Amino acid sequence: MLCVEARTTLGRFELDASLRAPAGGCLALAGPSGSGKSTLLRIAAGLLRPTHGRVTWGEEVWLDTARGRNVAPELRGCGYVFQDYALFGHMQVWQNVAYGLQGLSRAERRRRADELLERFGIGRLATARPRTLSGGERQRVALARALAPSPRALLLDEPLSALDARTRASASRELAAVLRDAAVPALLVTHDFTEAAVLGDRVAVIDGGRIVQEGTAGELAAAPASAFVADFTGAVVLTGVAREGPDGTTIVELDGGGIATSTDRRTGPVALSVHPWEIALEPDGTHHEGSARNRLAAEVVTVTAIGNRVRVGLAAAQPLVAEITGAAVGGLHLEPGVRVTATWKATATRLVSL
Amino acid sequence: MSGGRGFAAALFVALALALAFLTLPIVAIFVSVSPRELVSSLDDPGVLDALWLSLRTTLAALAIIVVVGTPAAYLLATRSFRAKALVTTLVELPLVLPPAVAGVGLLAALGPAGIAGGPIEDSGIRLALETAGVVVALTFVAAPFFIRGAQVAFASVDRTWLQASRTLGASEARTFLRVAIPAAAPGMLAGLALAWGRAVGEFGATLIFAGSFRGRTQTAPLAIYERLGTDFTGALALAAVLVVFSAALLLTAKLLSGQQAVDVVR
Repeated sequence: MLCVEARTTLGRFELDASLRAPAGGCLALAGPSGSGKSTLLRIAAGLLRPTHGRVTWGEEVWLDTARGRNVAPELRGCGYVFQDYALFGHMQVWQNVAYGLQGLSRAERRRRADELLERFGIGRLATARPRTLSGGERQRVALARALAPSPRALLLDEPLSALDARTRASASRELAAVLRDAAVPALLVTHDFTEAAVLGDRVAVIDGGRIVQEGTAGELAAAPASAFVADFTGAVVLTGVAREGPDGTTIVELDGGGIATSTDRRTGPVALSVHPWEIALEPDGTHHEGSARNRLAAEVVTVTAIGNRVRVGLAAAQPLVAEITGAAVGGLHLEPGVRVTATWKATATRLVSL
Repeated sequence: MSGGRGFAAALFVALALALAFLTLPIVAIFVSVSPRELVSSLDDPGVLDALWLSLRTTLAALAIIVVVGTPAAYLLATRSFRAKALVTTLVELPLVLPPAVAGVGLLAALGPAGIAGGPIEDSGIRLALETAGVVVALTFVAAPFFIRGAQVAFASVDRTWLQASRTLGASEARTFLRVAIPAAAPGMLAGLALAWGRAVGEFGATLIFAGSFRGRTQTAPLAIYERLGTDFTGALALAAVLVVFSAALLLTAKLLSGQQAVDVVR
């Protein structure tokens, strides 16, 4: 378990946050740029010393400003993936990966670096220079370099943001696998809630230097603590497998059951996204024949007012969120346990290949 | 239209004038001394002594400058502290100081009657009018060229490289040696080439602080001055050697600076 608590002022910016990443789990720290999320990561790594703070790893105290304790970054053993990867330009790829392997012969360091590069499918790049690599290749080298010394925690600063949209999907899949395999606590910083939801076991939303809410991605979307979190969580994301449907539409067999239709053309594994305010709720059992192609039976789990609207968290095969008016909530007698049908249009349904 | 053409012509004329004026003395040296005379002058033991002394003293000065200047430049480039601007300015001061002032200052500081002269004399080291004094004078005038170059080179090393090195288990000292210096090497070498060029050409400070004794403190520029009245051909031959050396250094510095720029852009 990695725990980070920090209270510090950087210029006019005030950071006051605390978070914990369990061993073998990934906490995604999500927030807009300038919210202080990268600062927290640097504090965890020891690259920045807050005015007041405490960082512990298991029983080990890495930072305790009250006691004047501050363990140097090189003794903390954090695998850090920097936003622009920070590969050493004057070294070959394998030398980058082997940099953290100290106290071994050159041949042994080379062997281990090659092994890791092979695992990431870039063994052929061992003697290349970082500047000749594509974004996706750099990301894998950075990940291999961070993992090489068997780190005690993984810290990832926007590991996917430097990639183009096409590379990002495959890189995200690989990263999810790495995080699953790693038995160490991981902290991942991102400005993208969907990325946080896909890669984090739990998500902490940070805004203006404060953690505004923490929970699973589903919990945050279903019952956001503030309008900011509600907006930030954005679209509902469901996963499934797409195939061609009638009239040029796409049919998605949702994981866990249910079918959705989209006008986006995709086949194979997809992430389906729809905004909560596109989803309408009807009483269970009605067979209203409207224009909405998508109908899923669900049970109300939470009803949360945010400003002049209400978030309704729904349990279906995959969790859903609808955003409706307070009047509609009253009209449908919505409360936890009530069964409803969630409907939305195929044209409001976006598909992204996974 | 014709006004634009006239302006372009004026620019061209200005550049042609500057180029002619700045290269004329160099051309004159090689025109005035035939290759045969040049080679035979270099047989003169006095000329060889001067060149050999210049080589030894400049290399000794460069060694001191690199050993002390590299960590100092790293500190200036990577840390912020109070009075940093003042410190940087003081380090750069010898760049604009007249060499004669440097020579007098060194005498007043390290000469036999200087403020630090007593302790130095007591420890058995003689600087003024000695070869060691030449090294001191060269170090004084040339150090800022290297420190400035190295400081800019260190400052342009991506800060996250240094941080990445730390998270990968390297201490600050190891990070300095394995990441900062190799990454900054082209810029450091460019600064070193300029420092060497300045040291080789040093005249005033050396003359005042160390004098001009053949074989002991008479470096190549001092030997050129001594020969002016008696052996103008010998002076020209020495000058020709220094021109070739300086041009080679300038070219090296340019090539290395270009490489640094490419490295920074990546």
